[in-house]
This record gives sequence, C-alpha cells and structure tokens, in this order.
Amino acid sequence: MSKIHNAIAQIHELDDLSMQKTAIHRLHPLVKVLITLVYIISVISVPKYNLAGTLVWILYPAMVFYLSNIRVKGFLRKMRLIFPVILAIGIWNPFYDHSEVIHIGSLLITGGMVSMCTLMAKSMLALMASYLLVANTGIEKICYALTLLRVPNILVTQILLAYRYLILLMEEANAIFEAYSLRAPRQKGVKFQIWGPFIGQLLLRTIDRAGSLYEGMLLRGFQGEFYYSDRRKWNQLDVVYLCIWCFLFVLLHVAF
Amino acid sequence: MHMSDALIVPAVAATMYVASSTATAFSVKKVRIENDAKKIPVMGVMAAFVFAAQMINFTIPGTGSSGHFAGGLLLAVLLGPYAGFLAMVSVLAIQALIFADGGILALGCNIWNMAFYACFIGYLFIYRPLTKNRLSNGRIMIGSVLAGIVTLQLGAFSVVLQTYLSGISELSFLQFVAAMQPIHLVIGTMEGLITGAVILFVKNARPELLELDAKNQKMGFLQFLVLCSVMIVMIGGGLSLVASKNPDGLEWSVEKVTGESEVAPNHANEGAVEQAKRLQNFTAFLPDYSFEGKDSKAGTSFSGVFGALLVTGVVSGSLILVRLFRQQNDEPSDSEQDSETL
Repeated sequence: MSKIHNAIAQIHELDDLSMQKTAIHRLHPLVKVLITLVYIISVISVPKYNLAGTLVWILYPAMVFYLSNIRVKGFLRKMRLIFPVILAIGIWNPFYDHSEVIHIGSLLITGGMVSMCTLMAKSMLALMASYLLVANTGIEKICYALTLLRVPNILVTQILLAYRYLILLMEEANAIFEAYSLRAPRQKGVKFQIWGPFIGQLLLRTIDRAGSLYEGMLLRGFQGEFYYSDRRKWNQLDVVYLCIWCFLFVLLHVAF
Repeated sequence: MHMSDALIVPAVAATMYVASSTATAFSVKKVRIENDAKKIPVMGVMAAFVFAAQMINFTIPGTGSSGHFAGGLLLAVLLGPYAGFLAMVSVLAIQALIFADGGILALGCNIWNMAFYACFIGYLFIYRPLTKNRLSNGRIMIGSVLAGIVTLQLGAFSVVLQTYLSGISELSFLQFVAAMQPIHLVIGTMEGLITGAVILFVKNARPELLELDAKNQKMGFLQFLVLCSVMIVMIGGGLSLVASKNPDGLEWSVEKVTGESEVAPNHANEGAVEQAKRLQNFTAFLPDYSFEGKDSKAGTSFSGVFGALLVTGVVSGSLILVRLFRQQNDEPSDSEQDSETL
C-alpha cells in the first residue's frame, strides 16, 4: 500500500476511533488536553537513570486504552515508524556511559544501557498519550480546546482547514503520481527533470481549489473564524477525572 | 528532523514554546493587519498541499536514493513570510497530532527549527534579497538552494543544541553536530532544488502568483532587531559553549617564544601595568567571559549574549546620535528661515 494510502487510512482510523461514545470520549476536550500535557511533562521529567520510575507511568495510558475501548494495535503501528529515530539517538548511550549500575549474574548493566531504555520508554509513553488524546477526542474538539486556551482563532482555523483538505489533496497527489508511474514504470520516485512540473501542477490545482473553497465558504457565511457548535461547560465528571489524575501524577512523581 | 518529546526536558520545551509562540503571535498580528479574508482558506489549503507534496519521493540523480520536500520556503515565497509561517505551524501541529511525527511538547522546538528558519531567515534574509530586484531563473534557483541549505543547517544545529542542553544523549556536542549537519546539507540542497524548480514552473505558468506586495515583505527595523537578537542568543549563548579552549594566535606565539602564555612587564612599566590591571579588575564584571569566581557554562553563555547586546547598543546608539546631529545640521536656523521668508 502506498505511503499516501497509509496516511489516508490513519486519518480515517483516528476519525472513526474519535466517534465512539465511551465515558472518556464524552469528557470535556480541554480536560483531556490538559491531562495529556501534564502527563507528558511528568514523564519527560523523570531522571534518565530511573527506568522503574519511568515504567510506572504506564498506568495512565493503560487505563485510558481500557476505558475508551481503543486497541493498542493502532498505536503499535505508529510506534513502528518513530522507534527507529529514537533508537538512532539513544543507541550511543551504552558506548559512552560505562558507569556501573548493577550486576545481573555475569552481565554488567551500565548507566548507558539504563538511560537508553529510559529514553525508549519515555518516547513510547509520550506517544501513547498523544495518540490517546487524538483517538478519544478528535481534531475538531482539540481545536475547540485550543480556542479555550486562547490560541488565536486564525491558527485554529488553519489547522482545521488543513485537516479537512488533507485527504483531498493527498488523493490528488496520488492520482498525479500514479499517472506519472504508469508512464515511467521502472522509476522509483519522481526524476529531477519533472520535479518542478509535478509539484507545480499540484500547486496550481490547489490554488484554484482554494479559490472555489473561499467562494463556497463565503456563501455559507464564513467570516474568517472557526465556530464550534458543540460547546459545553465542565461538569462534575470532568472535574473529578482531572483531579484524580493530577493527584495520581503527583503521587507517582513523589513516590518514584 | 522532527523532535519527539523524549528528546527534550520541560525547561527546553517551555523556552522553545515561548519563542515559537512569540513568532506565531507576531505573524497572526501581521496577517490580521493585511485583512485579506481570502488568504485564510488559501493558507489552509496550501498547508494541506505541503502535506501532500511531502508524501512524494523525489529521486536524487546519481545516487539511487530519494528525498522528500519540506515546503516552508515555498509557503513563504507564495504566501509571504507571516502567512507562510502560520501555514507551516498548522502542518507541524497536524503531523504531531495525527501522525505522531514530532511530539506535542516538542512542537515548540519543531516550529522553531522548521518553520521559523525557513520563513524568516531563509526567505527574508536570503531568498528575498536575491530576487527582490530581478526575478530571473538563475537568482530563483540560487536563492532557493542557498536558503534551503541555510535553513536546514540552522534547523539541524538547533536540534543538536536542544538535545544537548536537555542532556539526553551521551554523544558530545561536536559528535552530534558532525552526525547531523552533513546529512542535512544534502537534504537542504534537495529542498532548495525542488523549491526552485516549483517556483520556476509557477513563474512560467502563473507569474502573477509570485507578485507579492513589496510593502508586506519589507522588514521593519524592529523585526530586524528581533532577528538579530535571536542570532545573538544562538551564537553568543549557544556556540560560545563549544569555542576552542586552545590559545589564540598571539598567545600561541608568546608561548612558543617565552614558554609562558603571558609576558611579564618590564621593570620600567610595572607601575603603569599594575594600575591598568587594577582598573580592569574594577570594571570587568565578567572576567574571562564568566561570572566572577566561577567557571560555568551559564557564565560563558551570559558573557556571549551580554557582550553582543552591549556592542549592538553602543553601535546603534552612536548611529542614532550621528543621525540626530545630521538632522540638526540639515534643519535651517531661525535667521536663515527669516531671510527666506523676506
């Protein structure tokens, strides 16, 4: 399956996951954004030699995966792409840090090995938190939460527009690439002489589409800003959920 | 070059969020001043275009490998630096949220490393000056390639700085730089070539898309000062940490000749040298480019930044004084005005 089809499938998958009706999905989006941010900050604050203290933070994503009925398989697919990049940085630690930590039989565990494992664990946990945020909230609700955090409306509108037209333009790029590939079957990728016209064609179609889009939006009353229709205030469950997790995060931070 | 959350500490993440938020707020203000409602959907759709274009692999001639396109510079060329920056911010935000390409907490770093350098340094300092007066094919290609190279080099260097300051990797600073910069030189060249090729295509097919309002693209003095300040912090505060500890040319020569790094004053000058030393000790509150009595990285960084800011202040102040005097000289005196009136 091509890169573009994979990307489109990921977007659809996250959209479908975010439309479920579990208790986690019904929470106020700002609560989930705040908890995710606090969680990620807490995880990356763990000292680099404290592997056990990092692994205990699996508690939050494990609970949320279970409560929001989201399968771990989708997350593991994402991790597969990011993991090599983190490994490329962390792999050097065992070569440069030979401080002794513990002997397990005849095997010496060094500080470098521990810090490498901690780095991998932190990446995985931070990624889980981001994935869960999008999977049980959805991009529109996240953008609504951003407006509540005083992120400029113009930027939030950009994110939403880009998200909406992502699939369309990726399919258009895919169509152009398939047409090119059928005419150049032995080539992998686009050759140098065609770079300009290839992207240029996609760009001109994009600009023309943007013009039609603008006219369509004007006819529907667009005035340059994003309006979210499903606004609601915080309820007791939102407050309790936030307090419980904040308390647990403080506890984990202090205890480990 | 997308950084993940695990590669930075909260302090670095917070600092970069502040820097990126400042640039974002400034860009939002500039786009609002333009008051062009049509630009907003164009920006959104262009962001989606950059996303789609990033999915395509471009074959690098003669190598058998392929690269892909980032798009920040192209967005700045087509939309202007401020709108282009906002469009890139939305691309990076979606990449972080939907595709886990870059962390949420590291978003501030990624915006700075990929959007800020492309739209404000690469475009405003390199591409725009080269093509402002004449939009020839050669200037477009040279401008794009140079801007692409500089943008990616700065971005890669910033990744190294941010990771190093976070203390995540055991690699030394220089080793990390040696690993990152060469590969990003190739990536930057690719980026520049692809961007240049696209701009040339657009110039031939729809040249009106490249005729941006010159007034919007002109950088004001305040913006220039802000950009210079950023460079001062990076070079004075960051690069100074890896300055060579070896003696400079003069010290090296003195060492070779006398066996000491400093020359002792001769008997006749001892008094004057002592007085000069006392004066220097009194005035130097950052002796040896560090805090008095301490030799810390913070002292070195602070000395670099403070020194550069002090020089900037003195030079700017002198130029302002000269300008004021000149204005005084150009204004006619009262008696001259009276005689003109008569």
